[in-house]
Amino acid sequence: MTDTPLLSIRDLYIEGRAGEAWLPIIKGVDLTLHRGEVLGLIGESGAGKSTLGLAAMGYARDGCRISGGEIIFDGIDLRRASERAKRKLRGQRIAYVAQSAAASFNPAHKLIDQYAEAPLFHDVMTRAQAQSDAVKLYDKMRLPNPAEIGFRYPHQVSGGQLQRAMTAMAMACRPDLIIFDEPTTALDVTTQIEVLAAIRDIVRQFDTSAIYITHDLAVVAQMADRIKILLRGEQVEEADTRTMLAAPREAYTKSLWAVRSFARAQQPAATQAPIVSVQGVTAAYGKTTVLHDISFDIHAGRTVAVVGESGSGKSTTARVITGLLPPAAGEVLLDGKALPPDYRARSRAQLRQCQMIYQMADTALNPKLPLREIIGRPAEMYLGLKGRALRDRVRALLDMIELEPDAYIDRLPGELSGGQKQRIGIARALAADPRLIICDEVTSALDQIVQEGILRLLDKLQGEFRLAYMFITHDLATVRAIADDVVVMQHGAIVEQGTKAQMFAPPHAPYTELLLSSVPEMDPDWLSNLLAARQSPN
Amino acid sequence: MSLPVFLILFLISSFALAFVFRAGLSRALPHNQAIIARDMPLTAAFGIMVIAVYLFVAIFAPLLAPFAEREVVGSQFQPWGGAHPLGTDRLGRDMLSRLIYGARNTVGIAFATTALAFVVGAFLGIWAALRGGWLDQVLSRFVDALMAIPSLIFSLLLLTIFGTSVLTLILVIAAVDATRVYRISRSVAQGIVVMDYIEAARLRGEGTWYLIRHEILPNALAPLVAEFGLRFCFVFLTISSLSFLGLGIKPPMADWGSMVRDNATLITFGDITPLLPAGAIALLTVAVNFVVDWQLHRASGLKE
Amino acid sequence: MHEVLKMVAQRLALGALTLFVVSIVIFGATELLPGDLASAILGQSATPETLAAMRAQLGLNDPAPVRYWAWLTGALQGDFGVSLATRRPIADMIEQRLGNTLFLALYAAALAVPLALVLGVLAALWRNSIFDRVANAGALSAISFPEFFVAYILVLWLAQSGYFPSMVRISPTSSLADKLYMSFLPALTLTLVVTAHMMRMTRAAIINLMASPYIEMARLKGASPLRIVLRHALPNALAPIINVIALNLAYLITGVVVVEVVFVYPGLGQLMVDSVAKRDIAVVQAIALIFASAYVLLNLTADVLSTLTNPRLMKRG
Repeated sequence: MTDTPLLSIRDLYIEGRAGEAWLPIIKGVDLTLHRGEVLGLIGESGAGKSTLGLAAMGYARDGCRISGGEIIFDGIDLRRASERAKRKLRGQRIAYVAQSAAASFNPAHKLIDQYAEAPLFHDVMTRAQAQSDAVKLYDKMRLPNPAEIGFRYPHQVSGGQLQRAMTAMAMACRPDLIIFDEPTTALDVTTQIEVLAAIRDIVRQFDTSAIYITHDLAVVAQMADRIKILLRGEQVEEADTRTMLAAPREAYTKSLWAVRSFARAQQPAATQAPIVSVQGVTAAYGKTTVLHDISFDIHAGRTVAVVGESGSGKSTTARVITGLLPPAAGEVLLDGKALPPDYRARSRAQLRQCQMIYQMADTALNPKLPLREIIGRPAEMYLGLKGRALRDRVRALLDMIELEPDAYIDRLPGELSGGQKQRIGIARALAADPRLIICDEVTSALDQIVQEGILRLLDKLQGEFRLAYMFITHDLATVRAIADDVVVMQHGAIVEQGTKAQMFAPPHAPYTELLLSSVPEMDPDWLSNLLAARQSPN
Repeated sequence: MSLPVFLILFLISSFALAFVFRAGLSRALPHNQAIIARDMPLTAAFGIMVIAVYLFVAIFAPLLAPFAEREVVGSQFQPWGGAHPLGTDRLGRDMLSRLIYGARNTVGIAFATTALAFVVGAFLGIWAALRGGWLDQVLSRFVDALMAIPSLIFSLLLLTIFGTSVLTLILVIAAVDATRVYRISRSVAQGIVVMDYIEAARLRGEGTWYLIRHEILPNALAPLVAEFGLRFCFVFLTISSLSFLGLGIKPPMADWGSMVRDNATLITFGDITPLLPAGAIALLTVAVNFVVDWQLHRASGLKE
Repeated sequence: MHEVLKMVAQRLALGALTLFVVSIVIFGATELLPGDLASAILGQSATPETLAAMRAQLGLNDPAPVRYWAWLTGALQGDFGVSLATRRPIADMIEQRLGNTLFLALYAAALAVPLALVLGVLAALWRNSIFDRVANAGALSAISFPEFFVAYILVLWLAQSGYFPSMVRISPTSSLADKLYMSFLPALTLTLVVTAHMMRMTRAAIINLMASPYIEMARLKGASPLRIVLRHALPNALAPIINVIALNLAYLITGVVVVEVVFVYPGLGQLMVDSVAKRDIAVVQAIALIFASAYVLLNLTADVLSTLTNPRLMKRG
């Protein structure tokens, strides 16, 4: 390692346009990156990670501007360099891997032509050289059919493969530095592993420096030599990975780690009859069958976690229970009696029993109605409350979700933070005085600290009202924290079900095993160990 | 005075007026509205100012006009000046008075037509989006078929059949325009209907009327109001064109489109009088478009 | 490739169906007539005998589907029946004028399309610049002007000073140069109005495109601005631009009616307006059918072309 760093950013300020005014996004951040080093950039949404990553290329998005500080890449001052000089660097010496590969590949050109583009116009290779080189890199990225996959168009290739093809493309000119902007965030856990492993290998093999941007601590622990934490455009803390994981210094950093510590108390085994029982449900959208013979029970005071990756049918199961999608076969029992399959045929008393909380609080609350009406309407409809009684009920509900009634009752959803909106979703469900609440990925759109608050609140309410929860999630950490019973789903069928203790102790069904082992852990050696373990039996 | 000079003078003076108007507005309004007024572009300020003037003229037409709407008060085609500041028309009616009454008739009829088209089109559009299924299919295919015929051509066909009175004019244009309103309301409502809060309300057991009134309409209002402005411009231009062609509002009722037609011969003598009613039409449409454009821009800016 | 052909065939079938439905609507509209066609023509003076005679002459005693079928098959062979007002065959009245109207529309399109595309693309690339703002405000104003206002301003400006004629006198024997000169003002009027619409839509389409992540990716690869536009934006911009053009050419169809009247241009639009005033429903129906067919065919062409230029559809396995 030489003394002069590859990239050095000093006291950087970036602003974004908001109407006529400019608001600060990055507020005086320093960053140093040496050759061959991988720096992990961690932060919650809105922390300015992507903006900072792009600034390392001397690039600011439309509506943003770099307003202060300096960016020196290998002796070149990127703030003073001409556009032409910066163009020479981009793609050739600094490359970028975007979060959504599907949107970032041009739909009009073949993958291999997009690969060859930068080497050609930077005059590094001929077309023939670039194409044969592409095949080699596709192979290294463990893409299936490396000789042919490049001749496809982006829409003909799956998401995980596109993400690897994009990493190969970034490597085309053998750059000194690659910016990875959340490259695995949009992928399922089992796909994520393959992409992470491929990225890590190739970066090591070519001794490329990288800035790895993500919000996932466990992922960054596998990828980075050093970690830097950002909070609202400011640097919180920086240290090498092992030190950071073992001994975080700042309170904010510690709080990021602490999230994983919440786990609810063990519940006694279910003794009474279930509230809701799903029996032999098969369901289809048109001609495609999406659920195959699903059966499970939900008991009062207990939480059933339904786990699976995208497309596994977990949300569809919820749609069958609520009556939005009448099943092709099988039935849903409420207190032992079959519910009408279509929600429109159910009575108000039946509808009231089962309420729903949604993933995206933004679209789950009508932005034009005040909280008083959002929360009050179910109470008015189902319990017939009016006037003063209704107002008192709304205030009591706001109290329950730990929001000050006087301050919030007349607000609109737009005036709340993400976590507060999700609390309103909970209050609306509670207002109906239900017995079962279906929680559809309720924490996955939230930052980690906020997630923890929501989980604790749900736990508290469950204890108070003996609520049954059906918790739909793809996140096993959440399952570990809140579940009593677990249902694992894949391709529309149940792979395994049982109590939490049974699920997390071997032996596992093969898919459960794959799922469990694919969830990144904080241990920096986790990925290496896992890959070694998966290799050895074969 | 040559045309370019006139245009430049007109532009400069209207910008100056808009500037003063905006400054006055941001003083007169309460604080939070004053900020909106202060930040609006000059074009929008100009638009609001023009719309206000037209409204004033339309409401107080009888007080402002020096002569009656249909009265013959002098010889035909008198030049500007004297008792008739803008001269007289082909039959010797006062041009200025007819222009002022025209604000009432032309704008009023266009507004009534647009409102009618909106009530029908928006209701059906939202209803179709909410119900979906066969109702949506039947209505949408029917509207598609009607929209495959250009609106002016379809209006002309219907006017041939039903004759050309003011009432048939309103009904025909409203019917043709309702198809366009249906299309846009349906697509706006479809964007809202897929939201989780609508699903939540449905699962709660809410009826159609509650869903439309409390959940959909408040969220559809902003785009629909902007669309109302655009549709108004369109209807206003269509009615003016029809009147100009002699197929819309007819004399003796004072109307800007037919006034252009009536006095068009003057143009060949280099007299710009017939351009005044045409300009009155253009000015109002420009004004409404400026305001709508600003609103759309604001709405898209707020989302980001 | 096979799938694309199937899609194109589907679109064509849908277009044919639309044309069929349109013809039914245009024919069926007369069935809404209070009373019937014969009483509408004869008005108050009708006696039962003359009414009966008129009905027999118009074939009104046949049921509607029979009359529709006769009308449609006739129209497909270029026979639209006779005018109610003049008793002349409608085909003769239309033939000459159809050519004139097509000439005017193509003339205007030839001026407007290149102008609008260039202005629209420039406004999008220089977004928020002075050029963009002026072009936008200008376009917004031009959209807001009634066609006859634009027309009379041009007359006042260019015809009063004797540069161009304000009345169009063309005959089948006029030379092309003569025709172009004579019809310049109506063509220019249409151009101004259509260009404004087309420019705004082109600008919106390009801005939408330039915000895509793959354009940002191209920038981050170090591609030059020219390369970004030609290689990355253009192949994806074809479909939206084709739609914009088709939509506006379709708009010419309605624009032409008013402009023909102002300039006394011997085209279909003027004939239609005259016939509406005379309530000559047979002629109005015939012209409505022609205009509506042109409109449907334009949209259909755009639909097929944008299918063919959409890389996602064209380039399948």
